[in-house]
Amino acid sequence: MSRIDRRFAALKAAQRTGLIPFITAGDPAPEHTVALMHALVEAGADVIELGVPFSDPMADGPVIQHASERAIAKGVGLADVLAWVTAFRQRDQDTPIVLMGYLNPLEIHGYARFADEAVAAGVDGVLVVDCPLEETQVLSALRAAGLQQILLAAPTTAPARMAQLCEAARGFLYYVSFAGITGAGRLSTPDIAARVAQIRAQAKAPVAVGFGVKDAQSAKAIAGFADAVVIGSALVERLESAGSAQEIATRAGEFLRPIRAALDER
Amino acid sequence: MPTIQNFQNWPDAHGRFGDFGGQYVAETLMAPLAELTEAYLRLREDPEFLAELDRDLTHYVGRPSPIYHAERLSRHVGGARILLKREDLNHTGAHKINNTIGQALVAKRMGKPRVIAETGAGQHGVASATVAARFGLKCVVYMGAVDIERQKINVYRMKLLGAEVIPVTSGSKTLKDALNEAMRDWVTNVADTFYIIGTVAGPHPYPMMVRDFNAIVGREARAQMLEQYGRLPDVLTACVGGGSNAIGLFHAFLNDREVRMVGAEAAGEGIASGHHAASLAAGRPGVLHGNRTYVLCDDNGQITETHSVSAGLDYPGVGPEHAFLKDAGRAEYVGVTDDEALEAFHLLARTEGILAALESSHAVAQALKLARELPKDGIVLCNLSGRGDKDVHTIAAREGVQV
Repeated sequence: MSRIDRRFAALKAAQRTGLIPFITAGDPAPEHTVALMHALVEAGADVIELGVPFSDPMADGPVIQHASERAIAKGVGLADVLAWVTAFRQRDQDTPIVLMGYLNPLEIHGYARFADEAVAAGVDGVLVVDCPLEETQVLSALRAAGLQQILLAAPTTAPARMAQLCEAARGFLYYVSFAGITGAGRLSTPDIAARVAQIRAQAKAPVAVGFGVKDAQSAKAIAGFADAVVIGSALVERLESAGSAQEIATRAGEFLRPIRAALDER
Repeated sequence: MPTIQNFQNWPDAHGRFGDFGGQYVAETLMAPLAELTEAYLRLREDPEFLAELDRDLTHYVGRPSPIYHAERLSRHVGGARILLKREDLNHTGAHKINNTIGQALVAKRMGKPRVIAETGAGQHGVASATVAARFGLKCVVYMGAVDIERQKINVYRMKLLGAEVIPVTSGSKTLKDALNEAMRDWVTNVADTFYIIGTVAGPHPYPMMVRDFNAIVGREARAQMLEQYGRLPDVLTACVGGGSNAIGLFHAFLNDREVRMVGAEAAGEGIASGHHAASLAAGRPGVLHGNRTYVLCDDNGQITETHSVSAGLDYPGVGPEHAFLKDAGRAEYVGVTDDEALEAFHLLARTEGILAALESSHAVAQALKLARELPKDGIVLCNLSGRGDKDVHTIAAREGVQV
């Protein structure tokens, strides 16, 4: 059983909703990324989505694009991200880590080489935004090495395709709660609830809901019908320009704890 | 790569040209792309649609464009005959309108009242704004802030045509960033919006659709060659940024194996300088903007900033069909520097009375090189993809002239 599967099984047994924060690796400060990851766990994170910076993040909004640009400007690359996961694992063997990013950095690094290094570092899954189901053969080396490929589903996904995604889903299925970019507004809870209910009935993996979740209130609204909630842009925005390790950890804690509490209320 | 029997029946059903192309996009775009693919595959066989397109190409764009024997230029070089396919004579002054007319008609048939476009030099933006006005569609154009500064005249032209121009300030503030931003708009507004991509890049079906609409260039040229010269040219040349005018010229000739094809990429200040946009000549296979192709990137996979004197070639990727033709050995891709392009620009202006676009001047420079290598009875057919009025200020500034 993979670390991700174990974590979701434990959540289910405890009847808790998972909390999955997203941060861009290397932002706001490369030297404090590992400390930030631990701070996320201390504030209640169940899984960490660690963004691999890319110069042309087509599916992300301005907040995450700018975080990527800042990290790239500081020289952050895939090797740094893997080194931080290795360092994180020295203290934390249990929290699953999903790398989220785009294909080109993996392609250039080499898929087989990346797969070996990621597994050795302690990465559990990859969410490659620009690699839909039809193109997943390029990631076969990753799956063979034991990395779970997290798939996305969207409100625009047609029923037949949704069935395929539900069948292929491993780790968890990430439901993008509306057809837009990361960090945008607009969230019609009853619509999402209805769609997610359908998906959960079909999917072979738990369903996490993200895109547009920004605080305790919006997270709680989703908690009633999702296995987990993903929070990205709002957290990245909160961390922006925090300087010291202390300040970064404090801001992450202050942001996540109310959300954790709201998820655990029901 | 296995031997290719027929170069004209690509891409496959998945939108792949061998190892290149495909649909490397976020899940949110898969449904809109499927909707577009289905609509386009139907329309490309629809006689009514094709007749409507043909009428507009004839009466609105002004097709066919001539092939012109540049005699004085050829004599100056002292080699083979140089023929120019005069896409600069089209309405709006470039080949870009062949594609925008086609896509606007698709948008209309799909019932989308709003079109969006990305633009580098502004040519595709102008061509999109033009057809939006022509068909009564609302038009929004995304343009990098740096390009807006370089191409003020085209920005104003778009506004005169009723389009809204939105500056893009992320990343390198050029074409690739405008493309990212347009893609985001499309994801968000897909219900009423059609995205007119300006080159043979992006996810399937765009590389195929944009090629189909530009392929009229090569079909006409091939027929004109046979009619006027009784033979095919020895070599074709065209500039390659994203590669739409080049694939437009090449496509009809792909199975004429005796016809050589050379794409001229922007070598900027020289490939060795690192300041260039020659994705095929100096890049490597990667994934950018929804397709697998040759890209310019660093060892971390970050797309690098490109340089060319011509904004329209300033792009770190290239259409996947060109990547395919390169690896199959069917076409060659070489770099032409800023200086060589400018020299060709001046030479063409003085010998033939034609101001070529800086993009097209790269093709002209390559045509001069190819003509020198061939005997006098040889023929080089060069795609003169656009006119140079838009570049007059850039050239003056570069040469220290106050206009």
